[in-house]
Parts: sequence; structure tokens; C-alpha cells
Amino acid sequence: MNLRRAVSGCLAVAVVVGLSACGGAEKAANVAGDKKITVYSGRSETLVKPLLEKFQRQSGITVQVRYGTSAQMAAQLAEEGGRSPADVFFSQDAGALGAVAKGGNLAALPAEVLSKVPEVYRSRSELWVGVTGRSRVLVYNTDLVPAAELPKSVFELTGPAWKGKIGVAPTNGSFQAFVTALRVQHGDAKAKELLTQLKANEPETRDGNVQIVADVNAGKLAAGLVNHYYVYEVAKEQGTTPDKLKAQLHFFPDGDVGALVNVAGVGVLKRSATDPDTRAFVDYLLGTEGQTYFAEQTFEYPLVAGVSAPAGLPALGTLPAPRIDLNDLDTLDATIALIKAVGLA
Amino acid sequence: MLLAASTAAVGVALLPLVYLAVRTGEAGWSRIADEVFTSRVAVLAGRSLALAAVVTTACVVVGVGVAFLLVRTDLPGRGAFGVIAALPLAVPTYVAGFAWVSTVDGFEGFWPAALVLTLCSYPYVLLPVTAALAGADPAQEEVARSLGRGPWRTFTSVTLHQVRPAVTAGGLLVALYVLSDFGAVSIVRLDTFTRAIFTAFNLGFDRTGALVLSNVLVVITALLIAGELATRARGARYARSGGPGRPPTRLRLRAARWPAVLALCGVAVLALGVPAASLARWLAVGVSRPGPWSEVAAAAGNSLLVSLAGAALTMLLALPVGLLTARAPGPLATLLDRLTYATHALPGVVIGLSLVFFGINVAYSLYQTVWLLALAYAALFLPLAVGAVAGAAVQSPPSLEEAARSLGRGPFTVLRTVTLPLTLPGIGAGAALVFLTCVKELPATLLLRPTGMDTLATELWTHTSAAAYAAAAPYAALLVAVAAVPTWLLATRTGLAT
Repeated sequence: MNLRRAVSGCLAVAVVVGLSACGGAEKAANVAGDKKITVYSGRSETLVKPLLEKFQRQSGITVQVRYGTSAQMAAQLAEEGGRSPADVFFSQDAGALGAVAKGGNLAALPAEVLSKVPEVYRSRSELWVGVTGRSRVLVYNTDLVPAAELPKSVFELTGPAWKGKIGVAPTNGSFQAFVTALRVQHGDAKAKELLTQLKANEPETRDGNVQIVADVNAGKLAAGLVNHYYVYEVAKEQGTTPDKLKAQLHFFPDGDVGALVNVAGVGVLKRSATDPDTRAFVDYLLGTEGQTYFAEQTFEYPLVAGVSAPAGLPALGTLPAPRIDLNDLDTLDATIALIKAVGLA
Repeated sequence: MLLAASTAAVGVALLPLVYLAVRTGEAGWSRIADEVFTSRVAVLAGRSLALAAVVTTACVVVGVGVAFLLVRTDLPGRGAFGVIAALPLAVPTYVAGFAWVSTVDGFEGFWPAALVLTLCSYPYVLLPVTAALAGADPAQEEVARSLGRGPWRTFTSVTLHQVRPAVTAGGLLVALYVLSDFGAVSIVRLDTFTRAIFTAFNLGFDRTGALVLSNVLVVITALLIAGELATRARGARYARSGGPGRPPTRLRLRAARWPAVLALCGVAVLALGVPAASLARWLAVGVSRPGPWSEVAAAAGNSLLVSLAGAALTMLLALPVGLLTARAPGPLATLLDRLTYATHALPGVVIGLSLVFFGINVAYSLYQTVWLLALAYAALFLPLAVGAVAGAAVQSPPSLEEAARSLGRGPFTVLRTVTLPLTLPGIGAGAALVFLTCVKELPATLLLRPTGMDTLATELWTHTSAAAYAAAAPYAALLVAVAAVPTWLLATRTGLAT
């Protein structure tokens, strides 16, 4: 009897609470200048939330954020189409922005916004703009790889010395961007050759960069292909600084494709093309305060002139990055087909 | 009336299939053929089925074994073991997987995946089998013994037959769960079919490819359900033959009691001890900390809210289907009941996207509210609830309802005053099971939650994906604690603990 009463009580509470939640949860209305914006963020909450809260305090604009992976957000935006409640898509990489742009849901950005960022880090069709840069690097364990043996090119990783020692994340967007860059710079045939040899060299596959860096730092892997800032995240969690880690960064020299610089960026949904609140948000990300936050807190490269690079890293302008236009990285289909064909994912 | 309500409920649960059909249709035949008929799909499907087979077998062995020890023997400390044995249900596979990977070096591949999945899902077999063993008629065993059969042969020929429907029902849930699981397999890096679907989403944001692949899971599910139906058709019902129930006779373990206690302790250490130790280590080693306690509490409150809403809606939909299968059995009722399983093996991300589609195009006012998320939970977990309701309704005698009708009560009054009170324990058990499964759900929650709403599961995901394991640990612990309450309720209800 008691149980019955308890259960029916629970059900009643559930219905009442649920109904009130239903009434309480409001979707952002599509009103320009209502001091409210909705951001779909493919960037991690732990990394960007403090900045978004700061913006909210300063501007008085309420920022509602959905967090997810960039791929999930891109799928959700594609499914929502023109009825999306989102104003802004803040993506982890240029590829997801390109996918949403191709779906026709992004508005062209005004010239004043675009011109803040060097041409190579923004959409040629003006649909998205880079906010921060990240360099591809080789992360290596200093106990397992002597500095003298560090490769000069990503192509060297197919040699017998690296057999079974390299960590890769083929399902991760930044690895895919690297493969696309490889195709752009060296042609499809050469790219396929490299990936086939890499696969034959028995690399260790991980879901993401952070697992690779953690495993390299722990000595489970000798080296791995990742983005530069993950060593900072691992160091932060261990309460230390990156220079104390076993995992150190190696930038492939002389414009090697292994040192591609990619961006995280934003696109504005069509319905918010003229919304001043949305514009204020984009301006804030590209302003001194936003850019400094990323340099100091997430250790990414600021893209706007006048803000210096994270401590301990070479300046963006001095990076030996390959000369590749990020807009040429929109042939993701062919990259995916290639990664699948060689059996990396 | 019941039939109409059941059909409507099943229709709601099948919404994701409509979406799959629409998107698959758009893809066109050649694309479908390109995606589906490849050697990779064959390998992955084979591997997923093998994993499902191994895990289901292991869960049946562990589940039936533990249930027998707890219900039919004089094992010391049965009450405590009863709760402990059911608790792994509260541990999400992604937490268990992570714990194992960070504890054992080189923990990856098929067998580690099978181990983690078995440890997390054997209670799906344990719970129904315990209930069946506790409720079975001891007279049948006594007859077998008196006719000269030994204890072991009596167990295999009579007892196991009595609980077979419970074993197959639990086994089916385990098999479907293994097919849909992404958490454990991605962490131990086993390429399964569901992981291929996630990979397709991540690889170039290929929605169509991922959805086309999902159809294969629906086909596999249909085959499994058909298989279970076939075994059920051959087995007769072993209901109590009337009269008040009496407790079953308990087997004296004697010298075997300590090995038995050790075995149960071993299962508990593997299923609960390893995750607990791992969480403690995250907390000790890392320096990241969760947000202020208000944030943690808000996440816990949101988890409660969405899971309660999910459980309430799921039970509402499950009630007519469960009553129909119990009160008006027949091919149609069986068909409706089995259809609720159709989406059970689909990964949460597919269900999530299908309801994004539904919300945007059909029910925009529900989009990104708790209710659409509750609907997703209902589509995912309806079979868990239907089973509980049907099980309870079968045990309550229909003659009581008939008597009420003959005395002039209308059908609704009978439903309210007779049927519902009789099935309420079953409804409670179903609600508890659905609730704790909702608390653990991640992919659909990420896609459908109201913007800005964090739950324990999403916070855990946020922190682990940024390597902030120490910050994640309290969320993981709280998630397990929240899920442990309904688990404990379930354990008490099924006679595992008193």
C-alpha cells in the first residue's frame, strides 16, 4: 500500500513538475535587438563558458548556449534548416562551418567583421570567419623519442622507425582537415600513398586528440598527430605547466603539410543577419578581450592583429605553416572517401 | 478502446522509423547500396552480433546464477547482496568503460568490451529472473523430486523451464542494448556497428550515410525479436496453478556457501569497486574542480526533472500496450508489443535527430522543451515499461475486473478502481527502470534538451571531453547515486532485498 502511494505520488509530481518545466522553458524568439541570442557551440563548455558569461555581463545580452560536438551541431542545424532557433554557430573547426554553409543556412558577414581576420582564415564566400587558430603538431614523449630523431616531415612517419608508435584520430575533424590539406598540397595520388603507408605502419587509433596527448604523456604512445593546445589541457588537469610534461610539441618545419594551421570560427544564421545582438557577440569574440582570453586560457592563436600568441609558443606569423587556403579544405567528401578507402576509419 | 490507445502509443514510439524512412528514401537506391553492401558493414554487423551473443550469454549465466543464489539458497547476507547485485544497473557503460581503461593497461578490443557490457547489463536478466524464481510454484519442483529426480536435474528440467520466459525477455533487452551501446565500445576502441554510425556522423558530417546504416540495425532488431517470439511460441506458460503462494524451499549450501559468497563479492568488485576506485583516483590526481555546488545541484535537479518526465510519459504510453498484451492476448497484441522494440536498438543520436526533425516540422511548440526529450526517452525505453506492466497485469486475475463490470461499474471506473491498483506495483517497477535508464542517457539528451539546460550526464560528458576528470568525478558519482535510488526500489520490489 505504501509503495503504491509512493509511486502514484511520484507520478503526480513528475507530471506537475514536467508541465511547469514545459511552460517555463522558452525558445528564443526570432526578434532582432531583443538583447537575447542563442549560440550553438561545437566548442567545449569548459573552454568557452567563462568568456560567454563575461560577454553577457558586459553587454547585457542574454546568451543561451547549446553545447555539443561540432559534428552533432552541424547535423542538428542541417535538420532544423530555416526554422533553427540558433543565431550563431561557434564551431570547433572550419569543416563543420563549411558543411553548414553549404546547406545554405548561413548569412554573409559584413566586410568590417571579415576584415579583422587575415584572408586565409575566413570564408571566401564570406559565410564564416575564423576566431582562433590551431596548428597541427607532432606531440612526442621526451623519454621515448630523442630530439635528434624528430621527423622533418609528416611523410617520415611511414618509416619503420615509427611502426606501431604513432597515435592518430581519423574520425576527428582536425585530422580530416590535415588529410584534405595533404590532398590540396600533394595531390590525391600522393595523399593516398601516404595514408596507405601510414596505415601499414600500424598506427594506434583514438577518438580524439586529448586521448592521444594523455597516452603520449603517460608513455603508452611514443608520438601522435594532434592540435597544439591539448598539451595545455592535460597540463592544467595535472596542475602543472606544459614544459613540465613528458609530452612535448614538435612543429614540422619548412611549410610541411603536417603543420597546417586551421581555425575555430563562427557563422551567423540567416535569420539573424541584421540582429545587432548577434553582431555584438561576433565583434566581442574578435575584439581584444575575446582574443586575449583564447590566447591566455585555451592557448589558441589569436587571429586579430595586436594580440600576442600564447606564452611558450612561436608567434602565428613565424609558424612554418604550409601555404594552404582553408577555403580549399571544403572537399571533405573526397577526404572521407580516402580515409575510408585506406581503412583508417 | 485499449487497442486504439495501444496503437497510438506504438505509433509514437515508431516516429523515429518514419524519419529513417524519409531520409533513407532521399538517399536513393544507389547510395543505399553503396553504404550498406560493403564488406566493412558485413564485418561490423558480424562483430556487433557476436558481441551481443557473448554478452547475452554471459548475462544469462551471471544473472540466473546470482538470482538462484539469492532466492533459492541459504546464502548468508542475502539482503545486502540483493541490493549490491542490482546496483550495477545504475552505472552507465561509459563510466564503467572509462574506469576499466584507466585501471588496466591495454584494456581494449572485443573481450574487454564484452566484460564491461556484461557487468553493466546482467541486472536486466537478474531482475526478471529473480521475480520469476520468487513467484514460481514450488509444487512443480517437489513433484519432480518426489518422482526421483536429483536436485541438479530438477533445477535444469523444472526450475529453468519455469523461468525461461523471464530469461528470454531479459536476454532480449541485453542483446538490443548491446547493439545500441556506444559508450563502452568507443572507450575500449572496438569497432561495432553503432560506432560506425557515430563515425559516419563525425566523418564529414555525413548524416545520410549514418541514417542509411541505422536501417541495418532495425533489420537486425526485427530478426532478434522474431527469434525470441519463436522460442516463446514453443514454450508453454508456467503460471502458478492457483491458491496462495508460499515461499520456495531454499537449498542448503553448506560448504559451498563461502565460494558462493566469494563469487558474489567478485562480481560486486568488478562491477562497482573498479568504477568507484577509478572515480576516487580521478578526484585525487586531477586539479580541475566542478563548478559551485549550486551548478552541481542544478544539474542533478535537471536530471531528475527530465528523467521523471521521461518515465511518466513512457508509463502513460506503456500502460495500454501492457494491459492489451495481458488482457487480450493474440496476434495483434503481440505485434504491437513487439513493435515497441523496433527502435530499442537504435543509437540515441538517431532517435535524437529524428525528434529534431519531428519537432521542427510537426511540433514546433514542443521543440527544445522537456516534453520532446521525454518523447525521445519513451521511444527508446518503451519496451522496458511495457514488459513491467504486462508482467504485473498477467499476475492479477481478470475475474476481479469481470466481477466489477458485472456489478455495474463502467469500463473506466473498473480501470481506475480495479485494474490500475492491481498493476500499480508493476507500473512502479517499470517507472523505476525507465527513470534510471533516462538518467544515464546521453546522445539524445544532448540533441533535444532545452537550450542551456545541463544534466548530470551532459556535465559528465563536458568535463571528460576536456580532460577535466577531477571535475567530472562528482557528476559521475552523483549520477550513479541518483540512478541507484530506483535501482534499490527495483531490487526491493523483485524480492532481491527485503
